[in-house]
Amino acid sequence: MSVLVLLEQRGRLRKCAFEAASAARDTARAAGVPLNALYIGQSLADETAELAGLGIAQVFACENEALKYYSNDAYVGIVEGLVRELGAQVVIGSASALGKELCASVAARLDVDLIQDCVSCAWDNGLTAVKPLYAGKVLSTVRLTGTPAMVSLRPNVVSVVRDESPVPAIVHRPMPEVSLRSVLKAVSEAAAGVVELTEAKVVVSGGRGLGGPEGWPVLKELCTALGAALGASRAAVDSGWIHHSHQVGQTGKVVCPDLYIACGISGAIQHQAGMRPAKIIVAINKDPSATIFKVCDYGIVGDLYEIVPLLTQELKETL
Amino acid sequence: MKVVVLIKRVPDTASELQVAADGKSVVTGGLKFVMSPYDEHAVELAIQLKESHGAEVVVLSAGPPETKEIIRSALAMGADSGILVDTAQLGALTCRGTARLLAAALADLGADLVVAGKQAVDDDAAQVPERVAELLGIPHASVITRFELSGTTASVDREIEGGQYTLELPLPALFTTQKGINTPRYPTLPNIMKAKKKEIREVPAAQLGLAADSLSAQATTEAMTLPRQQRLCRVIEGDNAQRVKELVRVLHMEEKVL
Ligand SMILES: Cc1cc2nc3c(=O)[nH]c(=O)nc-3n(C[C@H](O)[C@H](O)[C@H](O)COP(=O)(O)OP(=O)(O)OC[C@H]3O[C@@H](n4cnc5c(N)ncnc54)[C@H](O)[C@@H]3O)c2cc1C
Repeated sequence: MSVLVLLEQRGRLRKCAFEAASAARDTARAAGVPLNALYIGQSLADETAELAGLGIAQVFACENEALKYYSNDAYVGIVEGLVRELGAQVVIGSASALGKELCASVAARLDVDLIQDCVSCAWDNGLTAVKPLYAGKVLSTVRLTGTPAMVSLRPNVVSVVRDESPVPAIVHRPMPEVSLRSVLKAVSEAAAGVVELTEAKVVVSGGRGLGGPEGWPVLKELCTALGAALGASRAAVDSGWIHHSHQVGQTGKVVCPDLYIACGISGAIQHQAGMRPAKIIVAINKDPSATIFKVCDYGIVGDLYEIVPLLTQELKETL
Repeated sequence: MKVVVLIKRVPDTASELQVAADGKSVVTGGLKFVMSPYDEHAVELAIQLKESHGAEVVVLSAGPPETKEIIRSALAMGADSGILVDTAQLGALTCRGTARLLAAALADLGADLVVAGKQAVDDDAAQVPERVAELLGIPHASVITRFELSGTTASVDREIEGGQYTLELPLPALFTTQKGINTPRYPTLPNIMKAKKKEIREVPAAQLGLAADSLSAQATTEAMTLPRQQRLCRVIEGDNAQRVKELVRVLHMEEKVL
């Protein structure tokens, strides 16, 4: 019996890998079983030390140049094989774009239920997890009764807590034979310095109130001052002012930053769903009766083109 | 070529939700139901393949009898026929069970391509189509924003955080669609009329011959709650310079989020 955490990498281990490991350690402790980890990628070598303090007994490393990039065909069998071999009781992955796909396929292979995108999990005579439904309009507490119990954890929610535990032992796994059906032709990664929305500590979003794409430079300056990621309402996306990957909301991304600044956004229920997990919400809107002022912590009634540049200036001076 | 689209009936995204008296479910009475928005992109993709490649488009959904309404919407967009796996007689289904039902219904359809929305906006489970692909033994790619077909090979862009993978997969294969791949069309009046005559085949879940334990739930809801929503709603007053200074002060000194 053991808990297995899947460590996601994209070149380097991702932050969500450490978050999942931290949560998995707490779960394994409560269950009184060891925690193991699985790494699939090109090479873990120089990152092993970063796995100290997470209570990982052994990290199984399947390292090969051919595994550098996620491949459903190659990865699923590796995870399935190890889970079966270890008889893992709990499997915890990350609810990232690729992590969700991996977990779904593995759960199907193992023929067990899986709860994706949980905001927490705990051990209480079995695994329980808190799962947002309807983009977070409802929170559900679920008990998993399959073996293994499988969850994926939402990035940027769990904080990484380290303890005194040592660097885990590495167990090298052989590269399995796989026939690839899906062929990776190209990978494009974010430009350096661009903060990913779902992982950002601060998000600045713009809506129809920008009046046109010419508003983004104004918001981007605020983003730069804050190290923030740029979000958008659906109205801004559907107007063709910005790529859909920036959309926040029920049919966009659910973000969980410490600070969310909504500029020229009215606060429709679908938008609220995406920003709800934010710790503090600030609204800048020229209409004092806009819904956003009922669902924010701090509001400024005014023209964003006057307020935002002043705010950027003030932040530059203060921080 | 045959394209099967998996769709789901969900509450309209504008719905205000309440937890039912049992504390474990959502009150559904009085809610408006629609096709899950991401599924509309899958239907649109299929209809475009009908227009470009003469594909036959079949819409498949598992759900209560009312699901026929959203199947009808897909037919009005241009799909050829529909299949409803009626789950009214089944107990609570989890994704594992739903995927088994859909895979069983797909088994003898001979689909060259299966498409579905990247997630349904009710349970946000993001796994049923991937499970179906696994059960059918066909390759898949999730969250695609581009699809191109040449011969029996599909070339797709798959979204990842801050970037994308470009993949090639041989058909038969399954894909889940993300916003950005296309703009779902609105049904025209003539098409709405035509849809009324199109066939929706109803398959009671029991007819699919699945063992009870392959549909049983391994995840049970213990409680549902509405998230605590206590926001300060403090509107900061003063002239612009004063307000901005005060905002930065509270965020920095009081809330400590800077
Ligand atoms: C199926 C479905 C799914 C949806 N999913 C999403 C989703 O995921 N995300 C999402 O955001 N929406 C979603 N929506 C759309 C949602 O209902 C709203 O239409 C949308 O959020 C409105 O965007 P907005 O606030 O930018 O625009 P508006 O509602 O038009 O608001 C613009 C605001 O800007 C203010 N303003 C104008 N000029 C200025 C200025 N110079 N300075 C300051 N303020 C100004 C106005 O007072 C107004 O409050 C969805 C809708 C449907 C039907």
